[in-house]
Amino acid sequence: MKRSLKWSNIYLWLVFIILYAPILYLSYYSFNSGGSMHGFEGFTLEWYKEVFADTRLLIILLNTLVIALFASVISTILGVIGAIAIHHVRKRSNQSTLLSLNNVLIVSPDVIIGASFLILFTMIGIKLGFASVLISHIAFSVPIVVIMVLPRLEEMSPTLLDAARDLGATEWDVLTKVMLPFIKSGIFAGFFMALTYSLDDFAVTFFVTGNGFTTLSVEIYSRARQGVSLSINALSTLIFVFTMLLVVGYYFLNRRSRGQVSGRTGSGKEWGLANK
Amino acid sequence: MRTADTYSSHAVAPRARNFYLIPYLLWMLLFVAAPIILIVYDSLFDVDGKFTFANYGHFFTPVYMKMTFSSFWYAFLITAFSLLVSYPAAYLLTRTKHKQLWLLLIILPSWINLLLKTYAFIGLFGTYGAANAILETIGIGKQQILFTDFSFIFVSVYIFIPFMILPIFNAIEELNPSLIDASRDLGASPWTTFRRVIFPLTINGVKSGCQAVFIPALSLFMITRLIAGNRVITLGTAIEQHFLVTQDWGMGATIAVFLIIAMAIIMILTGNRTRGRR
Repeated sequence: MKRSLKWSNIYLWLVFIILYAPILYLSYYSFNSGGSMHGFEGFTLEWYKEVFADTRLLIILLNTLVIALFASVISTILGVIGAIAIHHVRKRSNQSTLLSLNNVLIVSPDVIIGASFLILFTMIGIKLGFASVLISHIAFSVPIVVIMVLPRLEEMSPTLLDAARDLGATEWDVLTKVMLPFIKSGIFAGFFMALTYSLDDFAVTFFVTGNGFTTLSVEIYSRARQGVSLSINALSTLIFVFTMLLVVGYYFLNRRSRGQVSGRTGSGKEWGLANK
Repeated sequence: MRTADTYSSHAVAPRARNFYLIPYLLWMLLFVAAPIILIVYDSLFDVDGKFTFANYGHFFTPVYMKMTFSSFWYAFLITAFSLLVSYPAAYLLTRTKHKQLWLLLIILPSWINLLLKTYAFIGLFGTYGAANAILETIGIGKQQILFTDFSFIFVSVYIFIPFMILPIFNAIEELNPSLIDASRDLGASPWTTFRRVIFPLTINGVKSGCQAVFIPALSLFMITRLIAGNRVITLGTAIEQHFLVTQDWGMGATIAVFLIIAMAIIMILTGNRTRGRR
C-alpha cells in the first residue's frame, strides 16, 4: 500500500510538473537580459518595464478585462434566468430539449461559433469590433452559466418555495430571498467560468474582431507568429501571478462559506469526506 | 397544456414561467438557431454569391476527404492520449488529502491564456529550447521537435488534460466508496475492482471528458499554425482559411456543415449527457 502510494505521488507530481513547466519557463526567461528564450544571461526587469511602457499592450489588456467582466456579468444574469426557465419547464421531454439546445454552444467547436457569428453579425449589420466581440462572448458564456446553476436549482427542495409562498412571500421575494441565496454558489461558479472562458477565448474573438479592436489572445497570436519577444513573457508572468492570487483567494473564500453552510446543505461532498 | 396535472404540487405559476423563458428563448433563437441556419444557407453560395451546390461537390474531392480523415485521426490520438494521462491522474487526485485544492491546482493552468501556453512551447520545443537541451545532455542530440506531429499532439494533449481530468474526477467523487469496499470484501483484486466496478461507474465522466476533448480537437487551428507550422491541416484550419484568408465563405460554411454533422454523430455515440437531470 505504501509503495503504491509513493508511485502515485510520483505520477501526480509528474503531471503537475508538466502542467506548470511552460508557465514557469515563460516566467524564468522573463527575467533574462539576453533577449531570447534560451541561454539565461543575467537578471533584468527590463521586459517588465517594457510591458508597462507599451500603451498599446496595456490598452489591449484593458479591452480584454472589460470584455470579460461585462460578458460574464451579463451572461450570468441571462444564464440564471435561463436555468430558472429550464427548471420551471415541467414536461421532461421539453426540458431535455431545451437543455440539449443549451449545450449546442458548449460543445460546438470554437471555429464554428466564430464563423457562424461572423456571418450573423455581417448579416444584421453589427460592426466588427468591441460590440461584436462582447456580444459573442456573452452568447457563448450563457450556456455555461446555465449548466453551473441548474444542478443547484435541482438540489433545492421545492417545499422551501412552497413554504415561502404559504408564508405570504411574493414571487419576487421568493426569487430574491429564497431562490437566489440558495443557488448563490452555482451563480458564482458560473460567473467565474464565464470570466475564464472570456479571458481565454481566442478562436471566436479572432473571427469576430475587426481591424481596430484586439484582445490579448489575438494580439499574442499575431506576435507569436512574428517571433519571440520577452515582453510577452513578462506579461504572462504578471497574468499568471494575478490569476493565481484570484483563484487561491476564491478557493479560500469558497471554503470558508462552505464551512458555514456545510451543516445546512449537506451535499454529497461533505458526506464523502466524512466517510473517509 | 397540462396545468391540471398535479403530480408536482410545487409547480410555479405559469405566468412566472413564461417570464423567465422569454429572454432565454430569444438568446437561443439568435445565437443557437440562427447561426446554424446561416451556416447552412451560406454553404449554398459560391465565392461570387451565386446559388450553387458545387461546394458540396468540392467537399467530396480527395483533397478535402484526406483532410477530414487526418483531422479525425489527430483528434482521436489527442483524445486517447489525454484519457491515458488523465484517468490515473484524476483517480489519484481523489485519493489525496485536500483533494479540492489539488484539483484546483490542476485546473489552474487552464486559466492561463491558451495562447501564452502555446507560446511557451514554441520556446520549450525550439532548436535551443529546454527540450533539446535535455536531449543533448542524455546524448540523443538535437532534434527537430517544433513543427512535427509529436509537438502538435503533445501540446494539444497538454491543453486538454484539465478538461479531461475534471469530469473524470467528478465521476469518481460521486462513486459510492462502499461499492469499492464491497468489491474488495468479496475478494476482487484491485484490477478487477477497477475494471468491473470503478471504470463502468465512471464511464459517464470518461464520455463527457472525451466529448470535451475530441470535438475541439477536430477544429484546432491556432496550435496547428503555431506548433505544427501548417504541416497539420485540420477542418478547423480549413474553415479559418476560407473565412478569413480566401474569403470563400461558402466553402468554409460547407466544411462547417460537415463538422456540425460530425459533432452531432459524436454526441449521439457518446450518449446524451444527463447533466442537470436526475
